[in-house]
This record gives sequence, C-alpha cells and structure tokens, in this order.
Amino acid sequence: MRDVLPWCEPVLLDGTMGEPRARGRFGEYGGRYAPESLVEVCREVDEAFREAWADPGFRGALARLLAVHAGRPTPLTPAGRLSEALGVRLYLKREDLTHTGSHKINNVLGQALLATRMGRRRLIAETGAGQHGVATATAAALLGLEATVFMGERDIERQALNVFRMRMLGAEVVPVTAGSRTLKDATSEAMRHWVGATGDSHYCVGSVVGPDPYPWMVREFQRVIGDEARGQCAAELRTGVPDYVVACVGGGSNAAGTFAGFADTPARLVGVEAEGGAGAARGRLGVMHGCRSLFLQDDDGQITQAHSIAAGLDYPGVGPEHAHLRDLGRARYVTVTDDEAVGAAVRLARTEGIVPALESAHALAWVIRAAGGGDLPAGSTVLMTLSGRGDKDVSTLKELL
Amino acid sequence: MTNPTLAAGAVERHLRARRDTGRGLLMPYVTGGITPSWTDYLRAFAAAGADAIEVGLPFSDPTLDGVTIQQAGDTALARGASTRRILAELSGMPDLGVPLVASTYYNLVLHDGAEAFCAALRRAGVGGLIVPDLPVHEADELTDVAAAAGIELVLLASPVTPQPRLAEISCRSRGFVYAVSLMGTTGERAALAASAAELTERIRRVTDRPVLLGFGISTPDQAREARRHADGVVVGAAVMRRVLDGAGPDDLRAFLATLRQALDQECDRPR
Repeated sequence: MRDVLPWCEPVLLDGTMGEPRARGRFGEYGGRYAPESLVEVCREVDEAFREAWADPGFRGALARLLAVHAGRPTPLTPAGRLSEALGVRLYLKREDLTHTGSHKINNVLGQALLATRMGRRRLIAETGAGQHGVATATAAALLGLEATVFMGERDIERQALNVFRMRMLGAEVVPVTAGSRTLKDATSEAMRHWVGATGDSHYCVGSVVGPDPYPWMVREFQRVIGDEARGQCAAELRTGVPDYVVACVGGGSNAAGTFAGFADTPARLVGVEAEGGAGAARGRLGVMHGCRSLFLQDDDGQITQAHSIAAGLDYPGVGPEHAHLRDLGRARYVTVTDDEAVGAAVRLARTEGIVPALESAHALAWVIRAAGGGDLPAGSTVLMTLSGRGDKDVSTLKELL
Repeated sequence: MTNPTLAAGAVERHLRARRDTGRGLLMPYVTGGITPSWTDYLRAFAAAGADAIEVGLPFSDPTLDGVTIQQAGDTALARGASTRRILAELSGMPDLGVPLVASTYYNLVLHDGAEAFCAALRRAGVGGLIVPDLPVHEADELTDVAAAAGIELVLLASPVTPQPRLAEISCRSRGFVYAVSLMGTTGERAALAASAAELTERIRRVTDRPVLLGFGISTPDQAREARRHADGVVVGAAVMRRVLDGAGPDDLRAFLATLRQALDQECDRPR
C-alpha cells in the first residue's frame, strides 16, 4: 500500500472550508507571495470578488450562465454495474457533462463575469491538458472578451485537438518553451505576462492555486459541484450524506469544490493524486506561483517536474487549502499510478458506458483499489466527482491499448 | 531619532557613503554558477567600478524574470549550481571591497529554513538579500531573522505601489530601495520606462535611503537617464546576455566601464 498518511476520523471544525483567515491563510498555507507589481491587482481582484459574491445580481447572472450555457445542474449518476462488482454504492457527479466537458467551465464563467465587472477586456490563462484553456476561450467568446492562453510546448503536442479548439474559439495560444514545457512553466509564463498587462487583463487562474484571493475564489466558483451533489445525495441516498467523497487532485479545484459541499458533514474526504505529481501526499513546504503550499522539490529546493499520463495532474504542487485539510486530517490524500488510471478508465467505459478523462480516472482507480478493504469498507456509499470527459485522451489511450 | 547612517547595515552605509560623494551607484548582476569560473566576473565587476554586486541564486521557476535571466538560471542549474555550491564558491573569494547582495526566490530561502539560509549567506560574505516574490506584507517572518543574521533585506517598489505602501516599503527596506522601473519582467528594453522617473520621485518623498533603479536598464544612455532620477542602477539582463553569448570577464569589465563612465558624467552635472 502506497498510502502512508494515517486515516483520521473526520474532524468537524467550524468554518472549515469557509473564508480563509486574514492575509489569505488556510492554516499556515496560502498568502499573497506575488511580485510587488502584482500585489495591487491581487487586491483589486479580492475586493471585486468580495463585492460580487455578496451581490445577488452577480450570483443570479452566474447561475443563469451556468444553467443556460454550461448545462447545470449536472446529474448524479449511480454506477450500477460497477457498484455491484466493487461491493460499494458508487455515485458519479457528472462534471463531464458540462459544456466544454469538464468542471473548469464553472470557475471560468465566474471569473469571466468578474472580469467584465472589473472593466477588463481580456483574459489570460494557463493550461495543461487544455481543458481550462478551452473553457477560458469559450467564456471569452461568450462575453466578448479576448483570450490569451499559455500552454507548454510539450502539452501542445499531447493535446493538439484542444489547441485547435481554443484557436477556433478565437483565443490566442502561446507556446511556452521554458523549463519542462508543461503546466508549471505555462503558469509561470502567464504570471510574467500578467505583470505587464494588469491594466486591461484579468488572469483567470485555472485551479485553487496562486496568490490570495485565487485559491479561495476558485474554490467558491467550484463549490457549485459540492453544493449540487449535497442536495442530490440528500434526495437519493437513504443516509442523506455519502460515507466517502472522492475526487482527483492536480492543483485541486474539482476536489476543493466537491469537498466544500461536504466539509461540515461526517463524510470522509479523499483526494487522489497522480503517483508522479503527489504534491499533497509527498510535497514539501514551499512557495511557488504566489502561494505557500506543498511542492515537490529536490534536495536543493528546486521544484521538480511532475509526471502523469493525465496532463491536468502534471503539477508539482497542490492548492494551499488542500495542504491545510491534509494537516487537519479532514481530508486524506492518496496516489494512484498511470496504469491504474488507464485501467479504471477502461473499466468505467465497459461497465457504465462512460469514457472519463484520465484525470478523473485517477479518482476512480482509488475507489476500485480500495473498495472492500479497510480504507473503503464494503457497503459504503461513495460520491466521486467525474471531473471531465475522456475525448481529449482518446489518442493517448489509443496508443496504450 | 537615531542617525540613519549609524543605524544602517554595512551595505547601506557603503552605498550612502558613495552616494554622498555624488557618485552614481552601479550594481551589476551575475547568475551564480553560470560558468565554472563565474567568480571571475565578480572581480571584473569590482575592477570596473561596481558599488555593489548582485549574485543570483538560480531557481527552477523564476516568475519575475524575462528570457535572458531565465536562460542564465537554467544554464547554471544544468551545470549543477545550487545555493550551497554558489555560497561555498563565494566563501573562497578574497574580499572585493564591494558589498555582495544575493537575490533569489522565496522557496530557496525557506528550503532549509530562513535562519539557516541567512546564516549561510553571512558565512559566504553576503551582506544583502533581494527576494522578488516576497512583498512587504509577507516579509515579517524573514525581516527579523535576516536582521539577526546581519543580512540587509532589500524590498522592491513598483510603479503601481500606492503611496502609503511605498512609505512602508521604503521604511522597512534595508540596504537600499529597489525601484522596479516598469510593469514587466527583467530584461533589456529599448528605452527607460516613463514610469521610472515618477516612481523614484515618489520614493524620494518618503525616504533618504539610497534608491536603485532596475529592470530594463541596459545601455549607458539609459543609465545616464536613470541617474537623473535615482541614486544608481541595477544592470542584470544586459550583463547576462553577454555572458550567455560567451563574453568573458574582460569583455564585461569593458561593458561595465561604459556604464560607469556614463554615471560619472551625469554626476558632474548639477542635479
């Protein structure tokens, strides 16, 4: 068993997954470690978000966009045949059925709306698998904004179709040739670009990372996943609340949004990372991309390259709130291998007729591995967020299978 | 009220003393470990009339650096450069008579703990520290540790920094105030940004600490113009581009001499 962290009883803490403490802190993590030139714009985003989030007009406009454009609410699908085989009752929160095919659209519509409210005319984004880039390009087109998406050259090769999609939607895709040419370098390049473009552009960060207020704001825009699922579970499950809530974690936005709906319940929260990108399970305290959190590092303090078959999990760190939930014992972080994820994707396809994104397949792989054991006893009810659909991964899978 | 010169650390005292003679201050930058004999560049900088020398400790993800400094960092890391090795190499150098100021990202400061990091700087003869991703509101934990170790923590000010915050930065910065001339990353530019003059003027309103302008200052003309507003200049990318192109210590000495001359000419004129 690779999962070394102790399993704690769920801790119900008042305010867990509420607003961060002063200076954007989740426990000792978070903060605003931004270059001085970005501090002022972070403050502006924070102020604008607080106002907007308290404004029923903004909330209503976002809810409408999520409904009529993104297709929310997404269904809760009982995975009948797989449940029977695993001996647990598995329910899938179907973010793969949103417009653009992943949960990324929830955050992006929120930030794009906020950007227009702030008078910005352009969105900047980083992308790994291309899902956040496609979502950003989509929201920009919808709201009449420009979009510039930074993407590592290596990911551009791996995700050619999403690159084409972004360009078709009118976005500019900028290849990033620095460093490892993947998500972390795309994020660095987006930040560099933002320093020179704060006046007219909004940096639409794609995960629960970055300087305050991003980790909090992105989680709030994603909590629609958890809030919807909470209501659906209440209607669907005899117990009202699932025993386990499981989601994959790269930076951790779909997990944060899902967990937020269940933080005040007895449900056990499980974040599943890629074996080669396990920031929460194996990272060390550090500061990168604007926040203090856990990052994979070598003995000299250099950030190491993550490796995952799922480009969206190819990030060597994790959002600061996940680091905090780990320390509290409120959530547990486990890892699965590329092979396990591919196996899980195939199994879901053949038992439920759903081809999941390889990122989401990581969450499922843990359920498959753990079901029936001490970590996930037989008969448990499990809510798993299926964060995206697998179309983008078909060519990767074709080479492997 | 204590005398600011007496309260100041060694880097600041050195810079104040030179400034007070009317001299324009020159702080060239080199990425530590960029070549096997990289410390020779330090000797060349000192010989060319540098008033302080900035030594970059390369980090894998330099989010405030443009292409040139990124490449320099990648080159050094690929050669096996590390904080430990660079500081060991500095320790072996004779005193150049010019203060050394390290610059790096906060992750490297935190890696072995801020106390161990500052102590290691001190042992290597480094007097100052610049951390571009550590803004003043996050600097509390490092401020005291650095001060206790005798390291002067230099804070950066930006063209968009509001005036009250600029006062706090200027007050809490040690050594000098690093004025970021423009809204962008490090790297050579065709002209000195218009924002440079206004920023330096705003800093001067709240402090008499030395003010060095950095980011985009690459030519003698730009240095001369910067000197009209600030006490001196930081020159990084223009140096490192030459190093990456194969220029040796003598070439850099000649280049920095042109900047030195430009700054000296400007100081002869009434300010």
